[in-house]
Amino acid sequence: MGGGIGAPEHLIVNGKRLDGRKLDEIRPLKIMAGVIKNADGSCQLEFGKTKIVATVYGPREALPKHISRPDRAVITCDYTMASFSTPERGRPGPNRRSSEISNLIADSLAPAIMLQKYPRTMINVYITVTNANAGTRCAAITAAAVALADAGIEMRDLVTSLAAGKIENHLALDLFEVEDNFGDADVPIAVMPRTEEVTLLQMDGRLTPEEFKTILKMLRKQVHEIYKVQKQALISKYKQEKSEEEVEQ
Amino acid sequence: MSINLVKDFMSALVSKGTREDNRGLFDYRDIQIEVNPLERACGSAKVTIGDTQVLVGVKMDVGEPFPDTPEEGILMVNAELSPLASPDFESGPPKFNSIELARVVDRGIRESHCIDTSKLCIKPKEKVWMVFVDIYPLNASGNLLDAAAIGAIVALQNAVFPVYDEAEEKVKYKEFTKEKLPIERTPVMATFAKINGTIFLDPSYREEEVMDARISITTTEKGLLAAMQKGGKGTFTFDEVAMLVDKAFEIGDNTRKLV
Repeated sequence: MGGGIGAPEHLIVNGKRLDGRKLDEIRPLKIMAGVIKNADGSCQLEFGKTKIVATVYGPREALPKHISRPDRAVITCDYTMASFSTPERGRPGPNRRSSEISNLIADSLAPAIMLQKYPRTMINVYITVTNANAGTRCAAITAAAVALADAGIEMRDLVTSLAAGKIENHLALDLFEVEDNFGDADVPIAVMPRTEEVTLLQMDGRLTPEEFKTILKMLRKQVHEIYKVQKQALISKYKQEKSEEEVEQ
Repeated sequence: MSINLVKDFMSALVSKGTREDNRGLFDYRDIQIEVNPLERACGSAKVTIGDTQVLVGVKMDVGEPFPDTPEEGILMVNAELSPLASPDFESGPPKFNSIELARVVDRGIRESHCIDTSKLCIKPKEKVWMVFVDIYPLNASGNLLDAAAIGAIVALQNAVFPVYDEAEEKVKYKEFTKEKLPIERTPVMATFAKINGTIFLDPSYREEEVMDARISITTTEKGLLAAMQKGGKGTFTFDEVAMLVDKAFEIGDNTRKLV
């Protein structure tokens, strides 16, 4: 971070970011629920150029048996990046980064799910990043939460995720690839917006405590906007289902 | 279930502001650091926090730089959770715990820019020093993260380069120079755990077993945050996070006096 090969001269020109956004502006967000027929719940999400497909299977019999818990469901997550999702072809299959992120995503979703309602079962969340342009773990969580709700799993709230960071001495929401690569810090966070509980928090880079607290405030405000889009995606899906039923009748 | 009894017990203690070993909520267990206990490593450290023991070794080698940073050395952090250190660890390929441990320590070192990697270049695009930091817990009894982070920075601070024979283009692994690694900052981590709403520092083995969530915050002496990681299935509020950042600096400054 901070310079290196391919670094643009500036990340902010005339008060705007290289993709034309203002500092507190997020990329265009598109969420569609219920796009994969085979799955119990699913979601397709586009956040700028970052594209995610998430599916949920379950609650179903917990396998292998030893992971089963007598008093609750277990949640697993499998986050993968498609080999063609990055500038240089990635090796397919899990790696250290994806294992870490998979587990963090499962932990960030778990508080929102009423796991006690589904004893002895497992809930599997599968996420594939089909195009990566920074912010994939956040987009993945936002998508997975919608897929879980789409699967009809009882939840306390959705989980909404977003990152913010520091570029050229300015704090900015939702870094895209160039900013992520050449910026100074990145803070991804996941929140249950209704109660504003933080379920995921990471940070890397260099920030003063004051800068970090400002970033928290920016994120705290903006997650509610993403929350609206998530809810809208679910409403649209059920509206569509309803109208199909009406046609049948 | 017995685990619930342990949780109730720990929760009752911390809610009264104390712990199973009578420390306060924001006290570390006793920290001891042994510098360079190993002969073969370029630098090493053995860190003890209470019953937790972690050995960290630094080895250096010469290799090709990454294409996007042709004039910078390479840092690699790895953690081996061997079954020797805990009945909970299994042999086999690395699992989430060891990957997370290595990656959180790695981010603290890398993102604080504590190693001046530009000074590790021998010949641009062709030869740079590669610095391997390997973390071996010897007794896992809670808060491996802070112990490993202390071990890593102490081992790096005390690491010397092996001899590099430029004519033969070979590293003489058994011979060491007096030249130290260019270490410019001292990142240290403070790990907090939360049980039933109460937050405290340096979770023990049993506290970790029943904690709802955990947060690790790496700070440097320049008043900068370098890395953060929340773990576990529980949650934190925004106010708690802000409070813990301030606490992490206070605690980090104390830890830095030890290293």
